[in-house]
Amino acid sequence: MSKKKKLRKADAATIRRVMDLIRPYRLSVAATLVLAAVTVISTLYAPVLTGRGVDLIVGPGNVDFTSLLTLGAQLVATILITVVAQWLMNLVNNRITFQVVRDIRVKAFEHMQVLPLSYMDAHRPGDAISRITTDVEQFSDGLLMGFTQLFTGVLTILGTLGIMLVIEWRIALIVVLLTPLSIFVARFIAEHTYSMFKVQSETRAEMTSLVEELVGNEHLVRAFGYESRAEERFEKINLDLQRCGVRAVFYSSISNPATRFVNSLVYAAVGVIGAFLAIGGSITVGGLYAFLNYANQYTKPFNDISSVMTELQNALACAQRVFDLIDEDPIRPDAPDAKVLPHGAGQVEFDHVKFRYVPDVPLIEDMCLKAEPGQRIALVGPTGCGKTTLVNLLMRFYEINGGSLRVDGEPIDQVTRDSLRANFGMVLQETWLKAGTIAENIAYGKPDATREEIIAAAKQARAHSFICRMPNGYDTVITEDGGNISQGQKQLLCIARVMLRRPPILILDEATSSIDTRTEILVQSAFEELMKGRTSFIVAHRLSTIKNADCILVMKAGNIIERGTHEELLAKGGFYAQLYQSQFAKS
Amino acid sequence: MHRLLRYIRGYEKETVIAPLFKMLEACFELLVPIVMATIIDEGIRNADVPMIWRQCGLLVLLAVVGMVCSLTAQYFAAKSALGFGTALRRDLFAHIDTLSYTELDNIGTPTLVTRMTSDINQVQNGLNMTLRLLLRCPFIVIGAIVMAFTISPRLTLWFLLITAVISLIIYLIMRATVPMYHKSQSTLDRVTLLTRENYVGARVVRAFARQQDEMADFAATNDRLRDFQLAAGRISALMNPLTYLVVNLGVIAVLWYGGREVDTGTLTQGEITALINYLSQILLNLLRVADLVIVATRAIASALRVTEVLNTPCTMPDPAAPELAGVADSDAVSLDGVSFTYNGAGAPSLENITLHAAPGETIGIIGGTGSGKTTLIDLIPRFYDATTGQVSLFGHDVRVYSFAQLRRLVGIVPQKAVLFTGTIRDNMRWAKPDATDEEIWTALEIAQAADFVREKPGGLDAPVETAGRNFSGGQRQRLTIARALVPMPRILILDDSASALDYATDAALRSAIKEKTRGMTVFIVSQRAASVQRADKILVLDDGSAAGLGTHAGLLKSCDVYREICLSQLSKEEVSRTL
Repeated sequence: MSKKKKLRKADAATIRRVMDLIRPYRLSVAATLVLAAVTVISTLYAPVLTGRGVDLIVGPGNVDFTSLLTLGAQLVATILITVVAQWLMNLVNNRITFQVVRDIRVKAFEHMQVLPLSYMDAHRPGDAISRITTDVEQFSDGLLMGFTQLFTGVLTILGTLGIMLVIEWRIALIVVLLTPLSIFVARFIAEHTYSMFKVQSETRAEMTSLVEELVGNEHLVRAFGYESRAEERFEKINLDLQRCGVRAVFYSSISNPATRFVNSLVYAAVGVIGAFLAIGGSITVGGLYAFLNYANQYTKPFNDISSVMTELQNALACAQRVFDLIDEDPIRPDAPDAKVLPHGAGQVEFDHVKFRYVPDVPLIEDMCLKAEPGQRIALVGPTGCGKTTLVNLLMRFYEINGGSLRVDGEPIDQVTRDSLRANFGMVLQETWLKAGTIAENIAYGKPDATREEIIAAAKQARAHSFICRMPNGYDTVITEDGGNISQGQKQLLCIARVMLRRPPILILDEATSSIDTRTEILVQSAFEELMKGRTSFIVAHRLSTIKNADCILVMKAGNIIERGTHEELLAKGGFYAQLYQSQFAKS
Repeated sequence: MHRLLRYIRGYEKETVIAPLFKMLEACFELLVPIVMATIIDEGIRNADVPMIWRQCGLLVLLAVVGMVCSLTAQYFAAKSALGFGTALRRDLFAHIDTLSYTELDNIGTPTLVTRMTSDINQVQNGLNMTLRLLLRCPFIVIGAIVMAFTISPRLTLWFLLITAVISLIIYLIMRATVPMYHKSQSTLDRVTLLTRENYVGARVVRAFARQQDEMADFAATNDRLRDFQLAAGRISALMNPLTYLVVNLGVIAVLWYGGREVDTGTLTQGEITALINYLSQILLNLLRVADLVIVATRAIASALRVTEVLNTPCTMPDPAAPELAGVADSDAVSLDGVSFTYNGAGAPSLENITLHAAPGETIGIIGGTGSGKTTLIDLIPRFYDATTGQVSLFGHDVRVYSFAQLRRLVGIVPQKAVLFTGTIRDNMRWAKPDATDEEIWTALEIAQAADFVREKPGGLDAPVETAGRNFSGGQRQRLTIARALVPMPRILILDDSASALDYATDAALRSAIKEKTRGMTVFIVSQRAASVQRADKILVLDDGSAAGLGTHAGLLKSCDVYREICLSQLSKEEVSRTL
């Protein structure tokens, strides 16, 4: 009970926020409501007029053509009002819906740009994507369309009721009393089919993940001769799905015939009683016609309202998910007195730095390191040893928990993030390129770069020749995942991107594999070119790189366990020496 | 398309009964306005109370019979559609299991998954809808026109005209909006793309301080989307008002011209109300047809996508030969003058490769990306057939072995370390369903995976999440190696399977394989010189051709490509140390 209340409270809060979003469009909303009212009234009035028309056509020699003509004119006017009002209402509704969707999307996206990377690393991208795309859409569809439908529905019910009472209250009573029956039936069926639907969607989800796994890895299924076992497993779920599917589909399809049946009964009742009253003269045939018309349509708004209610609930849930994203704590903004860090010599100092991803899991407890301008620092260690953590700290993607991290003597939390990052050039193994042309990608860090500058950077990055071989040269469009160029080529583009910015400090991530030999050699020489005169941090896999470093940091489980030059570390005979010797182990 | 019809087999009865009963129900529904007209014309006019009761009883009867028919139809439609979907799914799944690598590459496994799941669901829904509504709606429209004809042939002309005009309006609006919706759909795709790009690439975007530009780009894309949606909405917003207009103009026409006929006595008042009722039924059902057409188009598109797969023939049937015994003193694997060109590719991926591996030998294969390493080893378990030349195992051409025997002979560790949902034991039994725990542990030991498996709560029963998410890259790789080792195949292929392992583990793995699998012929594919340098023979591939074949020491002297690779990874002194 209290939980339910709490939920409702949360809903109320969500609704308030939605109202805030709609506020700029309140005039349009008001217009929609007025137009909806006009549409409903004129729609309801048409059968009354038609009924009057029927009354004018009584029998042979008893047709009032003059009145029929005026009535026709009235009917045309009513219809035209309906048509125009309905059309305008649709237009205004569209405008509000699409505009609100746009507003929320842009807002959520802008918030995404200031989310801390700790949030982004902890959540899968699909989640945020579905919030910003699907959820926003469902929210606007459900909420705004739902809202007008709800309003129209209520208005229709009240209007119909009013008109029926005016024409003949006794029949109106029957309609009012009997109609809820169909809603009751519909609800009863919906409630009882819900569980079957749940079973069906669970089974379907189970099947989808099996198919994703087995068909998605069909090469393996074939390679291991797993076919018959796969088919066996699939068939089991397939039959389950058939069994619960027939039930779910059938029971859910009962509701239409059932409500139609109730409607037909109401129709028959109205017909009979109307006929008796007509004999008694208290209602005309035209009046009866109008009644039958209403009786036929009266359940529709009720059904609409009940489906709108579920839709509204769903929309609120979607809205909540979007708001949750928008409400995530953003990064601490740059201090108001934060300085702009100019491109400097490139000295980096870790002064008793402390950092943990999870507060109670120790990681970097007391790290001291000084990289002088132009030095090369190699980070070495098994996969997952925490080399990327250093990148996260240097670029201030994560905040340190203690100590001080200084670039050219400035603590990094006292300069603006953008100016700090402008001092770094980053080439990671997981290359990221935008869907766009090659030129756009190279100029990503310097959007106003001229074509000459771009080509010069590409040449220095040893990327020029492969780019020239692409179908449209620098204007070749790279697809979303960069599928049309190889991994090594992507890395060359990333190097060119950094080359154009000429930052004093570099963070490089050497590829472990998957680059072909020739490109590999190009990448290496591009790296060399890039590192000239710059302070560099290299996540290194290649011994030649490591050996040329001024300082090697050997990392294990997030900690620096050894440091020194290649010779020093070999002499020490520790973890590094062991790692190095394993290369030459005679088997 | 018609190929799919055969999946109705076993449900023919249901498939015929469902629409039949739907039509019966429609007939009863069409009778209602007539009954009402009789009540008005005879019951009310003559104050004939018993007659009104009779007609009322008739209405109730029609309602009951209508509901029974409708329920029958729904039930049979559900049975037929689900039966159809289930049979189609079963067959498609089995068919996919017969496709060879060539076909799988052409179609692509991700789309196979979509076709197996959402496409078949669409087809199933489409069939269900067709059986239930798609036939009913046009039937009611036609029926209403026929009923109108029985009442007044002359006024029926109006009915035909109105039906034609409404159909035309629906058609024109749909024709105009469908391409517009496509356009907004592709803009929406771009919105999704930008969102994903900025989420995944947050580090780079921030590193280059491009947040403002990305936001501006995103806002502009959304503005464009909104404009497309508004443009499409402006036209589709006409649908309801326009059709409403036409039908009601029809009502006015019926009142006016019907009035004349009533005046001359050829029609009655009740009949006029029946005619007006038929008009609104026509509108209602035409609008529903418009909705259904969209569902049906989608279902047909899906059906075509499913048939496309079903029509893809398997180019490599299982020879299903009896078990073959190895020829004495033959090579474990021999490739003679083998060339291979991928289906549809312009140039060969492998050219004239000759390689012989005696039982127990270790063969290293090295070369850059795209040099043909994976292609070469894929020929050994016959994932593909060589375009020219011959591939033999133990003295027999691979093409004469049954698939089952081939899979037993050759164990493969693919480049991508994929595990399956279940337990570690389930995964270890992929190649050998009846493997004992002892066999599994032996394989885990060799693969250097025993330690971390032992540490897992539950050991072999420890759960493996989707795609092995709960293991690190290195652990996954070692588990996939163990998986291939469980049945102790006579030939083992490691396709760059140690890329995520550090040098020490990689070395330990290689020496364990060497020691504990005597007699096993091992192929090690790698880009790391260190991984292959101890092999008995190393094949150096360069752009599909053999650039060298020999031992590490020999190749360093004779093969430029090999030396280049080694020197790119080690210094001169280190290379000389390896000798």
